[in-house]
Amino acid sequence: MDLRFTPEEIAFRDEVRSFIRAALPASIRHKMVEGRDLSRDDVVAWQRILNRRGWSVANWPKEWGGTGWGPIQQYIFMEEIQMAPAPRPLAYGVFMVGPVIIAFGSEAQKRRFLPRIANLDDWWCQGFSEPAAGSDLAALKTTARRDGGEYVVNGQKTWTTYAQYADWVFCLVRTDPAAKKQRGISFLLIDMKSKGVVVRPIETIDGGHEINEIFFDDVRVPADNLVGEENKGWDYAKFLLGSERTNIARVGVSKERIRRIKELAARVQVRGRPLLDDDIFRRKLASLEVELKALEITQLRVVAAERNRAGRGTPDPASSILKIKGSEIQQATAELLLQVVGPQAMPYGLGDDIGGALAFGELWEMTAAPTYYNWRKISIYGGSNEIQKNIVARSILGL
Amino acid sequence: MDFDLTEDQRMIQDSVERLMADRYTFELRQKYRREAEGWSRAVWRKYAELGLLALPFDQQDGGLSGTPVETMIVMESFGRALALEPFFGTIILAGGILRHGAGAAQREAIIPRIVAGEMTLALAHHEREARYARDHVAVTAKRSGDGWILQGRKDLVLQGDSVDRLIVSARTAGATQDADGVGLFLVDARAQGVSRHGYPTQDGLRAATVTLDSVHASTADVVGHPAQGLSILARVFDEATAAICAEAVGAMAALHALTVDYLKQREQFGVKIGSFQALQHRAVDMFMSLEQARSMALFATMMVSSSNAAERGRAMSAAKVQIGRSGRYIGEQAIQLHGGIGMTMEYKAGHYFKRLTMLDILLGDSEHHLGELAAGGGLFQDE
Ligand SMILES: Cc1cc2nc3c(=O)[nH]c(=O)nc-3n(C[C@H](O)[C@H](O)[C@H](O)COP(=O)(O)OP(=O)(O)OC[C@H]3O[C@@H](n4cnc5c(N)ncnc54)[C@H](O)[C@@H]3O)c2cc1C
Repeated sequence: MDLRFTPEEIAFRDEVRSFIRAALPASIRHKMVEGRDLSRDDVVAWQRILNRRGWSVANWPKEWGGTGWGPIQQYIFMEEIQMAPAPRPLAYGVFMVGPVIIAFGSEAQKRRFLPRIANLDDWWCQGFSEPAAGSDLAALKTTARRDGGEYVVNGQKTWTTYAQYADWVFCLVRTDPAAKKQRGISFLLIDMKSKGVVVRPIETIDGGHEINEIFFDDVRVPADNLVGEENKGWDYAKFLLGSERTNIARVGVSKERIRRIKELAARVQVRGRPLLDDDIFRRKLASLEVELKALEITQLRVVAAERNRAGRGTPDPASSILKIKGSEIQQATAELLLQVVGPQAMPYGLGDDIGGALAFGELWEMTAAPTYYNWRKISIYGGSNEIQKNIVARSILGL
Repeated sequence: MDFDLTEDQRMIQDSVERLMADRYTFELRQKYRREAEGWSRAVWRKYAELGLLALPFDQQDGGLSGTPVETMIVMESFGRALALEPFFGTIILAGGILRHGAGAAQREAIIPRIVAGEMTLALAHHEREARYARDHVAVTAKRSGDGWILQGRKDLVLQGDSVDRLIVSARTAGATQDADGVGLFLVDARAQGVSRHGYPTQDGLRAATVTLDSVHASTADVVGHPAQGLSILARVFDEATAAICAEAVGAMAALHALTVDYLKQREQFGVKIGSFQALQHRAVDMFMSLEQARSMALFATMMVSSSNAAERGRAMSAAKVQIGRSGRYIGEQAIQLHGGIGMTMEYKAGHYFKRLTMLDILLGDSEHHLGELAAGGGLFQDE
């Protein structure tokens, strides 16, 4: 047993690190450090830089542009991205629909969609949740009725992240209304430009626009856009939700935030002394670091075990632990950063009013509260922490 | 020992709650927020009609001589409604300074107009470098003829962009954090040399940066002794702390009720989500946290009239610690238990969460007050 990275792994990490350092546009990095929103163009530009290097879909098989890296290298790569900090490749394409198409899609679908996902020529969004189907996803009601060579889709999706930017949405739809719950669901790819698709923005509590509702009104979708078999969509969705194990805890994000907290706490003065010199503050920060280290090692244990896992696609219940702890620690960093900023966090400086608020403070101060608000989502989406605990109780503890 | 409200206090409570239920639905609040000043003049007049703006002032000055309990009742109601009006700034902060520091002529000139709803005020004290230090005053007041010239910048002046008058703390002597040498000056918000830059705050209210460039104040505009302003402020900040503790309890109670209601409505997996024991226990934890906060808000209300400044200060710090912690826990858990809908601006829960977060920061966050309390020897001293 040796918990340290091997010399080869360290060499690999250094290679990734120096590439990112050289290739990441400073403007994107600044926005990430300051906690500002990225534009669609920022995300696209960066993914194309990665794609030119052959790293935008590192997790895919080689024949579709993947790297052939093992789990540890995948982990190192993502951690370096997070710590840079750089945007990660757009998850909806690279980590969600891409792997599903690779595993279950037709040859034609692979050729048509995969290269465009890799280069972010198509922006994908995830149309799973509905107003009455959140944690209980299988309660979804959106229907797709077969009509000749097409499906006719009716219904509504909600909380759809970045639907406003999307070219395509992958949806779970009900194709067999008679079948019970999980059965009768299919996995359908829908062009957002189709007639009858309407996107309505939802403003989040931080004042941002990242989520949306999508309405489908008699939307005609070519039957070729069905992934795999009709009424097998639930299996594909489970595969999708379980396919990201190597980075679910987002340890790199929290490491970057802790670095940022230290940097800012050294700058913020409390009665003429840097906040970072305050013993109580240091203890709080150190105790978060202990938690994060433990999480990192736990994550690495899962990554290392991944090497020995035969079949891919079955979710490791340990990933639930990583999701829970990871979300709690990320949220704790946002809370601590807010504490560092203190009263200067009060002005709301996003959107049109930024001029007025900027007279008061600096941008990094004004993003502290919005980030704290916004990051509450991390314990809600992708299977809430309560649902994750149910999984651990059932699958690991056998309760 | 008696925790009950008097007949009169219950009447005040009923009338405020009725007013807020009528005039402060979530939809109306969203409308007021979009008004030019970020709050409702019409509702402000209602407060005046009900006598809320008169409550803490002395009867001799045209007020109702209300006790901290009346203030608590009103603030709790405002917390539930997420009220936007400059009650805290005008009545609690500026009004407190007038009550504790102003001379007869000043009180006579101003308090009746406040009570009538004709004049609003803000305290311009906080400065960017101060963080939570209350004695940090770098803005200067220099003698000039028989008056004063004010110079410098104040930040986070609550509703400072829409009020009529400011009370500005400024240094008449000494260095930036000296305990003596700070005066309090009444300044017309539209006076020559005053420029105000308003912006929304993270909870949907408003604040302003106020720049004072050779602003003239006469001797008659000084509240109290021109070197003893901080002692007036210390008293007022204690009262203000008790007031926002009550406001936070109102917000927490409403948010908790909203969440419990949601658990009873929302169905997933074919049942109400409130039937899941994990969520029941969470709602109970939130409830306990709320009750602890309510107790400390009561404690603050009781202690705020104490004449022992040190004891009073420790009590306020203790209350603020509890309020900050409970507000955070209840706020975060309310969002969590709502799921996606809790993350949206169009639903009320998030607005409570945001307000509670800002109320923690206002007048010093829980970490700050924990430090103050610990430095002061803690809460349980010889009784
Ligand atoms: C910012 C954001 C972005 C999102 N992006 C997307 C996206 O791009 N695409 C997409 O399809 N979805 C997206 N979602 C939706 C997300 O996956 C759902 O919000 C999530 O599944 C929870 O569903 P819900 O919101 O309906 O809450 P509910 O399922 O109604 O849950 C409410 C509360 O009940 C709890 N609960 C539910 N069931 C149980 C149980 N059995 N035991 C104990 N507790 C339970 C939950 O944990 C939660 O606390 C996003 C959500 C957010 C907030």
